Amino acid sequence: MGKVECACTLREISDFYGKDMATRDAYGITLVELGKKNPDIVVLDADLSCSTKTANFAKNFPDRFFNIGVSEQDMIGVAAGLALTGKIPFASTFAIFATGRAWEQIRQTVCYSNANVKIVATHGGITVGEDGATHQALEDVALMRVIPGMTVIVPADAYETSQAIFSATEYYGPVYIRLGRSKVPSVMPEDYKFQIGRAYIFKLGKDVNIIANGLMVAEALKASEVLNREGIDTGVANFSSVKPLDEETLLKIAKSSKLIITAEEHSIIGGIGSAVAEFISENFPVPMRRIGTRDTFGCSGSWKELLNFYGLTAENIIKTVKDFFRR
Amino acid sequence: MVDIEFLQEKTRQIRVEIVKMLANAGSGHTGGSLSAADIVTALYFYKMKHDPKNPQWIQRDRFVLSKGHAAPVLYAALALSGYFDKSLLNSLRKLGSPLQGHPCCKNLPGVEVSTGSLGQGLSVACGMALGLRLSGINSRVYCLLGDGEIQEGQVWEAAMTASHYKLDNLCAILDHNKLQIDGACSDVMNIEPVEDKFLAFGWNVFTIDGHNMQQIVDALNVAESIKGKPTIIVADTIKGKGVSIFEGKAQYHGVAPTKEELEIALKELKDGKS
Repeated sequence: MGKVECACTLREISDFYGKDMATRDAYGITLVELGKKNPDIVVLDADLSCSTKTANFAKNFPDRFFNIGVSEQDMIGVAAGLALTGKIPFASTFAIFATGRAWEQIRQTVCYSNANVKIVATHGGITVGEDGATHQALEDVALMRVIPGMTVIVPADAYETSQAIFSATEYYGPVYIRLGRSKVPSVMPEDYKFQIGRAYIFKLGKDVNIIANGLMVAEALKASEVLNREGIDTGVANFSSVKPLDEETLLKIAKSSKLIITAEEHSIIGGIGSAVAEFISENFPVPMRRIGTRDTFGCSGSWKELLNFYGLTAENIIKTVKDFFRR
Repeated sequence: MVDIEFLQEKTRQIRVEIVKMLANAGSGHTGGSLSAADIVTALYFYKMKHDPKNPQWIQRDRFVLSKGHAAPVLYAALALSGYFDKSLLNSLRKLGSPLQGHPCCKNLPGVEVSTGSLGQGLSVACGMALGLRLSGINSRVYCLLGDGEIQEGQVWEAAMTASHYKLDNLCAILDHNKLQIDGACSDVMNIEPVEDKFLAFGWNVFTIDGHNMQQIVDALNVAESIKGKPTIIVADTIKGKGVSIFEGKAQYHGVAPTKEELEIALKELKDGKS
């Protein structure tokens, strides 16, 4: 019988390099390691701990895990209270409930108090799948980005997720990290070091640059391979840090682009596409096309079908680029 | 031996500061600041362990003003305790002042958490109580709620949490003045029977006269001895207490005294000279 590698062999951040897995799974495992290293880490959930993977932490550290039940607003307030007594709370639930149901608690109690709360939401985006629109957060990044003092991170793969969780712990202040339900391919290189506020350029294109985050980074890389082969010099950058935005890198990209494409598993309103548009239109205007859901709710379907249905694919990125140059 | 007269005198001084700072600001919440004055005085000048010279003292008891619009009563208590100079009260609600219209903990030492959007403070108090217990710190958390405020659903989420986690280091106090902006709570959205509701949620409940210092002090002391569940002190109060023209009037919820009203108020509060 061959050696079966299971998630439980993963310990250090470096173990996540090269792993194709759901970012929520990387979170669950990282949290346990973090819990061993730092006794101030506490975790809260709102009756979704098996889905958000905080159940791993609950099993290992029952005294430091608080299930608040189906009451997200209270969960965020309790997290703030824990933070104000010196704990480092990680509060988790689905992205739509964390950022939608408890938005005002995050604004008033967490951010206006600058409480050191880490909100790590899973099931961001359309890839929630069959549960449909009520459970698919396509607005969460927008909702978090608009609050003063909030840091917003959308990791691309398991390796980046694990690093982002550790970075969030070392940083003092509110952080929102958006994770996904479905398995995503490994995209970040082994020597990658995540930093809050820092983007990562895979390649700087001379014609087109695709700015992506989350699972769209993998699609952007696929698209860029095809486009480069066809003679359109295409670069890709991972803007996992939506806020603070890496303006220096963005300016560099803008100056090297005939076209900027943004790609996100989120509404084109308010996410990384908006953040990029806001910055470049004021500082170095370049033609842009935004890939994302277009002012619509999601719907039921398998996550792969849904990505196709909403055009969150390499194919749609390629088509969008070609349409632009065909004008 | 508790010096009830001393606490009553402090309460009077706090009421004087409240009406003065509100009149000076020209806006703010008069009624609900005055109704809570006795309770807040008992906490800051009798019950709570705290150190104005070291606001972040780890062993301190915590106070969460969930009804954040009563900021003036908190500011007055903090100033008279020595957290900052009393003259700062003149800056209430002015541009650049740390004394925001509703309390902001980023600006002002002694404010534990930013409040003002109703219904959020009890959750924070639960988190503090859990955190203190987890750290083995033998401190208590006090949370002042308004009665209109408990119409917010989050209060009841937090009430469940406090009971579920057996937070006996948490004591909530309800400033039960029976009025809210649009009128009587019983007309706007009935909250009664308040005691039965909290009992049903698993709390220990005391009902007292919220303007009787001896009763406030006794309730706070007995609450500390109740183990295995949180306590709420339902304090029967009068909105605008201490100034006849404000007492029992919903319209003084969010209105500051005019110059003329301030004169009457100061006279009634026996401080006409200052």
